[in-house]
Amino acid sequence: MKSLRSPLARRSSKAPTGIVGFDEITGGGLPHGRTTLLVGGPGSGKTILALQFLVHGAQHCKEPGIFVAFEESSKRIAANAESFGWNLAELRRKKLHFMDAQPMSDLVQSGNFDLSGMLASLGAQAKAMGARRIVFDALDVVLALLPDAAAKRREVYRLHEWLLACELTGLITAKAGGDEASSFSQQPFGFMQFMVDCAVILSHSVVQGVSQRNLRVQKYRGSSFDENESPFLIGARGLEVDAMRTHVRANVKVSSERVSSGVKRLDTMLGGGYYRGASVLITGFPGTAKTTLAGAFAEAACKRGERTLFVSFDSDSNEVVRDLASVGIQLGHHLKNGRLRLASARTITGSAETYLVRIKTLATEHGARCLVIDPMSTWSKSGNDSSAHSVAERLTDWSKASGITLVCTSLLDEMSSQSEGGSSLHISTLADTWIKLSYLMQAGERNRGLSIIKSRGTAHSNQVRELILSDAGVTLADTYTAGGEVLMGTLRWEKEGAERAATEVTEVAGKLRRVRLDAEEAELEVRVKSLQVELDAKHVEKALLARTTESRKGELSQGQARMKELRGADAAAPGRKSP
Amino acid sequence: MSQSAKDRSKFKFRLYGAGDAQNSAQAVANLTALCRAYLKDRHAIEVVNVFREPKRALADGILMTPTLVKLAPSPAPKRIVGTLSQTQPVLQALGLETLAT
Repeated sequence: MKSLRSPLARRSSKAPTGIVGFDEITGGGLPHGRTTLLVGGPGSGKTILALQFLVHGAQHCKEPGIFVAFEESSKRIAANAESFGWNLAELRRKKLHFMDAQPMSDLVQSGNFDLSGMLASLGAQAKAMGARRIVFDALDVVLALLPDAAAKRREVYRLHEWLLACELTGLITAKAGGDEASSFSQQPFGFMQFMVDCAVILSHSVVQGVSQRNLRVQKYRGSSFDENESPFLIGARGLEVDAMRTHVRANVKVSSERVSSGVKRLDTMLGGGYYRGASVLITGFPGTAKTTLAGAFAEAACKRGERTLFVSFDSDSNEVVRDLASVGIQLGHHLKNGRLRLASARTITGSAETYLVRIKTLATEHGARCLVIDPMSTWSKSGNDSSAHSVAERLTDWSKASGITLVCTSLLDEMSSQSEGGSSLHISTLADTWIKLSYLMQAGERNRGLSIIKSRGTAHSNQVRELILSDAGVTLADTYTAGGEVLMGTLRWEKEGAERAATEVTEVAGKLRRVRLDAEEAELEVRVKSLQVELDAKHVEKALLARTTESRKGELSQGQARMKELRGADAAAPGRKSP
Repeated sequence: MSQSAKDRSKFKFRLYGAGDAQNSAQAVANLTALCRAYLKDRHAIEVVNVFREPKRALADGILMTPTLVKLAPSPAPKRIVGTLSQTQPVLQALGLETLAT
């Protein structure tokens, strides 16, 4: 039987469910004014999804709704949903009506019956409150009362036609035995899947002891939708579906802004730091200071005033603060003023998908611009092998789309090969910047080495640097290469010492030389002075000599004149002449 | 309660039906026949059309039609759904099986 919708109705708008991710998968929500079938095994989250759809409609879309409860009493459903903070009590006054329709256990049955009574009642109720949405929860319960498949089919059609006639957006939930999607069609109401405009399958499976919830849109008439299984979990606010954002990825805004890694010299090595919105991977064996490096980044982000989320899978949040404080990374006060949020994920058990959705929710709630995950490799443990990679991929996609700078650490197995691709998650290809931390065993020491394996869009240093942790913080030191070997630790220190000594020797020698020259100069000066004095003396002597000669000459001529006088001589006799 | 006292008590029924739908019409016919056979002159039947009085059906919590509600005699009002074509369970539910045998 064909449904009654006209070709024009094909473009009907959608009724948003308010479920994170689900509206993205379906391109806006459930088909407006049509019927959607929600199938799932026991405990797969059907009732919650259905209720959330109604609550969202009533709260945000001005679409009051009716919840027809065939299985659980409305009181219990409301009590169960209490924890989601949907404020049901308030909504129930006007916008949300619960109808208890559990078949009574002592119901006596005789002959055929149908659902007209209920539909008539509902019609009156819908009209009275102006309902636009309706949920039939666990329709299978009431169908089970019907004697044969033909009767069931008839009642389902009756319901379907009624929904179309009332132009209500309907959501019918039904149980499916087991977890196998294939068994749905064998169910007595399997034909419903052909009849409805949209069918959603919820599955809940356990893989190696880890619970995995998945949601899949099986069909959606007149609309494109994500056909893949999307993991979801039941979080604090209701259902959260993890939608693949493949179509969003293309529109990612790329930033060329740099953010500090928290280690000055590392920034230099990277040509200024990490790119904003980039995903950074720090790999290394246990104890290679991955957490410390990630912590330095978190501290730097907080210092810039950016809200940061630090998710630790290894240790308790208090331990993280204490441990990082020992290397001079103070996160305590950032934590107190709310800029930093530390989430210890040790307590969260569950699938990698669970982690992803939790992290995304936390980050969104916190308004984080920087996100640290330490370590990401935890995800591949405990039965998550298959999903961990896709989870990591989606996390990077998501953080990129949201412009969040992501720093993840990943543990390399000590046993695994030293090859560069040793990360079990293979996220190394997804990361924009990959920093590898390693140990260098040399001369009875283990020293931490840091190298940048890749950094997209950045010129980066090709050198291995030594990473030094001290209570003053994290620093990078140059390494020395000697004879083709990289020197680190004590060897580097020795080498540095030797160099210092050599410089000292040169300095001293220079000083000595200068002193010696000074002395020589002084000596020469002294000599020059004494010679001068000697010269002066000679001058004096010479002058003295001239003067004595003169006076003697005078005396002599005086004497001769006196003698002449005395002798009475005549003319001047030849004799000594004055000089 | 003695058999005679029970006999004397009057049965009050309310039958919720969906207009002139086949099931509902059948139920009315079956109920009338049943009452004539077992409760001659000590029964009253009210037929409620849920299409005409949906609010009443809503208030009374009627899901399936036809639904027969036994209002009197007490104890405990009893509900029977269906066309009432199988007489035995109906009589049993109404406490009339002794009369049938």
